[in-house]
Amino acid sequence: MPIIWLFLIVIAISAIGYLLGRSRALQSAGGDSRNLHSLPTFYGANVALKTVIPAFGLLIVWLLVQPLYVNSQVSEMIPDTAVKEGSSRSLVMAEVRRTADGLNNAVARGLLSETEAANPNADSAEVTQLLKEAGQVVTSDISKPVLLAAQKHRVMNATGYSVMTVAIILVALAGAVFSWFQTHSEYRARNVVEQGVRVLLLAAASIAILTTIGIVLSLVFNTWEFFKLYPASEFFFGTTWAPSFSGRGGASDLGIIPLLWGTFYISLVALLVAVPIGLFAAIYLSEYASPRVRAFAKPLLEVLAGIPTIVYGLFALLTVGPLLLGIFGDNGLGWMKAGTAVMTAGLVMGIMLIPFVSSLSDDIINAVPQAMRDGSYGLGATQSETIRQVVLPAALPGIVGAILLAASRAIGETMIVVLGAGAAARLDLNPFEAMTTVTAKIVSQLTGDADFASPEALVAFALGMTLFVLTLGLNIFALYIVRKYREQYE
Amino acid sequence: MTDASMQSPETGRHAVSLTAADPRTIKRANAEKRFRAYGIIAIATGLFFLIVLFASILSQGIPAFQRTVVSVDFTLTPQQQEEAEGTLFKTKAYSDLFIAELNAELAERGITVDFDEAAIERLLGKVGGTIRTFYADNPDKLGEPIGFDLTASSRVDGYFKGRVSRDTLQDSRFLQLSDLDLVDALEEAGIIKQVFNWPFITGADSGVDNPGGAGIGASVVGSFFMMLVVLGLSLPIGVAASIYLEEFAPQNKFTDLIEVNISNLAAVPSIVFGILGLAVFIQFMHLPQSAPLVGGLVLTLMTLPTIIISTRASLKAVPPSIRDAALGVGASKMQAVFHHVLPLAAPGILTGTIIGLAQALGETAPLLLIGMVGFVARGYPDGFLAGFTEPNSAMPAQIYTWAARADVGFYEKAWGGIIILLMFLLTMNIIAIILRRRFERRW
Repeated sequence: MPIIWLFLIVIAISAIGYLLGRSRALQSAGGDSRNLHSLPTFYGANVALKTVIPAFGLLIVWLLVQPLYVNSQVSEMIPDTAVKEGSSRSLVMAEVRRTADGLNNAVARGLLSETEAANPNADSAEVTQLLKEAGQVVTSDISKPVLLAAQKHRVMNATGYSVMTVAIILVALAGAVFSWFQTHSEYRARNVVEQGVRVLLLAAASIAILTTIGIVLSLVFNTWEFFKLYPASEFFFGTTWAPSFSGRGGASDLGIIPLLWGTFYISLVALLVAVPIGLFAAIYLSEYASPRVRAFAKPLLEVLAGIPTIVYGLFALLTVGPLLLGIFGDNGLGWMKAGTAVMTAGLVMGIMLIPFVSSLSDDIINAVPQAMRDGSYGLGATQSETIRQVVLPAALPGIVGAILLAASRAIGETMIVVLGAGAAARLDLNPFEAMTTVTAKIVSQLTGDADFASPEALVAFALGMTLFVLTLGLNIFALYIVRKYREQYE
Repeated sequence: MTDASMQSPETGRHAVSLTAADPRTIKRANAEKRFRAYGIIAIATGLFFLIVLFASILSQGIPAFQRTVVSVDFTLTPQQQEEAEGTLFKTKAYSDLFIAELNAELAERGITVDFDEAAIERLLGKVGGTIRTFYADNPDKLGEPIGFDLTASSRVDGYFKGRVSRDTLQDSRFLQLSDLDLVDALEEAGIIKQVFNWPFITGADSGVDNPGGAGIGASVVGSFFMMLVVLGLSLPIGVAASIYLEEFAPQNKFTDLIEVNISNLAAVPSIVFGILGLAVFIQFMHLPQSAPLVGGLVLTLMTLPTIIISTRASLKAVPPSIRDAALGVGASKMQAVFHHVLPLAAPGILTGTIIGLAQALGETAPLLLIGMVGFVARGYPDGFLAGFTEPNSAMPAQIYTWAARADVGFYEKAWGGIIILLMFLLTMNIIAIILRRRFERRW
């Protein structure tokens, strides 16, 4: 792993630079640190920062750009005739990369000499055989253009990485030497270092923005690709969801309506479970419970929020599903055909959301000023009348916000519906029928065998985009309501 | 003056005695009681769900920590090995030797039962092959008695754990009713027994038809490497971002933008982060698929908002007098923050980080999208650095893979895996609580 070594080399240069910079500063002040502008450590840190930051910046940029450049160069080498019918250039490029990796592995294991690996006249069938022996997964026989491209890919990457290593070490050394020469007793090292640290802190804070941009770009870009292959109107208004299993071609119906219906139906059931339980629990805990009961019950309820969703998924699939099937199945009421259904997933998701609703509502109910309660008691209202007619109306916007946040959680929840709701996309009113959701289909479309460039895989990004917009909208709306309410009493 | 109010003609309530409650008061008091009861019922329901959840985890997961083995003392002399290697069907020769040994042991205990080679194969799989490989790998063990613990097939295991019973068993190529007689006889002789399932804790995932051999060890290692990445990235980045926002950020549009982004990212569904990881880290940057490094990067982005929010809260809790005192004795703003505020906020930051890590440890959906599914966890990585880049799985993804398989034997493994996962989460949360109790200062 050469990059880790490169990393360590740069760190070592900066450590040496730190010591040298520090001692040079002291020397220039005649060994008396009182004659320096800044503390000696700042001079060391100045050298170290100027070594590390440009070098690592270059490293990151290089690692991002080089694969793109190599890919585009190699991609040009492949003639259109080498791209088979029903295949695509990106698939061929994946094959090229696999072959290049295989050649690297074979060379590393000594199965192939360096010159043989680079030999343009090598027999492609022989190489295929060799790579298979080396344990590389090669899907089909490597064709001649792919082999040539792979060899080129390999050579370009190897050259690129050696140039990168040299360049980065040079940049690190240059930074160290430059800042070492800067160092003298009058140099304002503290100001420079603090400014540098501030920029680093700002960069760290900006990662949140970069993440959002990354999410939006990756969704928009791939959704765009999808709409080039599949009409947007059919996606948004289609009422059947039936992707073809072949992975490419064929007639796939990719309408989002049944998935949205499943999502909303399951979320509705979940909220019907979570909201009454959560709300009454919050009311009891904040208005009636003694401190001891509260100290005991509140953390226990919150344990429900700390349990990973996979646990709830398994609970839905293996405990709740069979239980409901026993009551509503063919041996009971006869409404249910299989353990996985809207009811199963909704019920379990509701359990998961109870602490969500209860903690948020609890906070909001506690924020209602005591004076309002006292006023109501003074007029002779009982405690429950006070809660229903004074506290709850005052807390209502906040509670609505909490419910909206819970709804956005329910819409975005994945593992419970993947395991508990079934796989069939259906437009049905029976809650004991299996249905599926947007999130469950994102998982199944992206973990299947479908080729990344096919509409069957790309549809997942369009689904993700829909999900992102929905949950973001709900959250912004909920936070807006909560914030508006909080301003009233604080 | 009071007379006037006493004679309210509409209600006439004061005609009744003051000691007996009138109907309206009774109604209101009952409404009060009902309302209170709703609250108690709601809490009781919540706690009931919690109990049911844990009861089903424990009752169905604990059997995963037991496995059924057939332990036989077996001695192979060099001559026997030579003879066996000389025959045409080598593994058959070994399994014949094994059957002879088993018969001898049964006879020694005075138990007679009829069985043939096929029955042994249904019970124990290819015994001959196992024994042959063992002696091929350890030629120095020839001639000594070796205690073999051979894992029984998952159906026999199920017979011991109540999954398979005599009434419901149908003869198949996996297990026949007559085999259960043999199992009962072996149990009576103490040859077949249940032992603690170490291979489950240390092993790797097995094939779809071998639930008995599946273990969670490899995916625990995968989770461990992922958590290293998450810790190594999200702690410094999260702390740096919080320090900037809390101590240095000017009030402007850009700061607002960052704040809005952080609060929105905290609410983005985890699967969207998986899509981000797939599109950016795998499709665009061509990082290795299914690698803990990529999983760690995705989870880092996911946990950052949590860590930033809790770190900012603990920085805010440090009173301004500390900063003022530092600035007053001539420290720069940066020195005041790094030398005084940060150390005082450290316990709170650590607590928040551990809770964020616990969240990341239980996350499944984004890992499925970047290919960290269970069946890639076929072995331990070759070394420390390879641990980051070699394909591996993570605990929750491994549990999901087991839950999605058809064989019922895997469900038990999934529940067992959940017990291990919850034990890790419990430990992390207890550490966080202890840290908070011991080191957090109230100002």
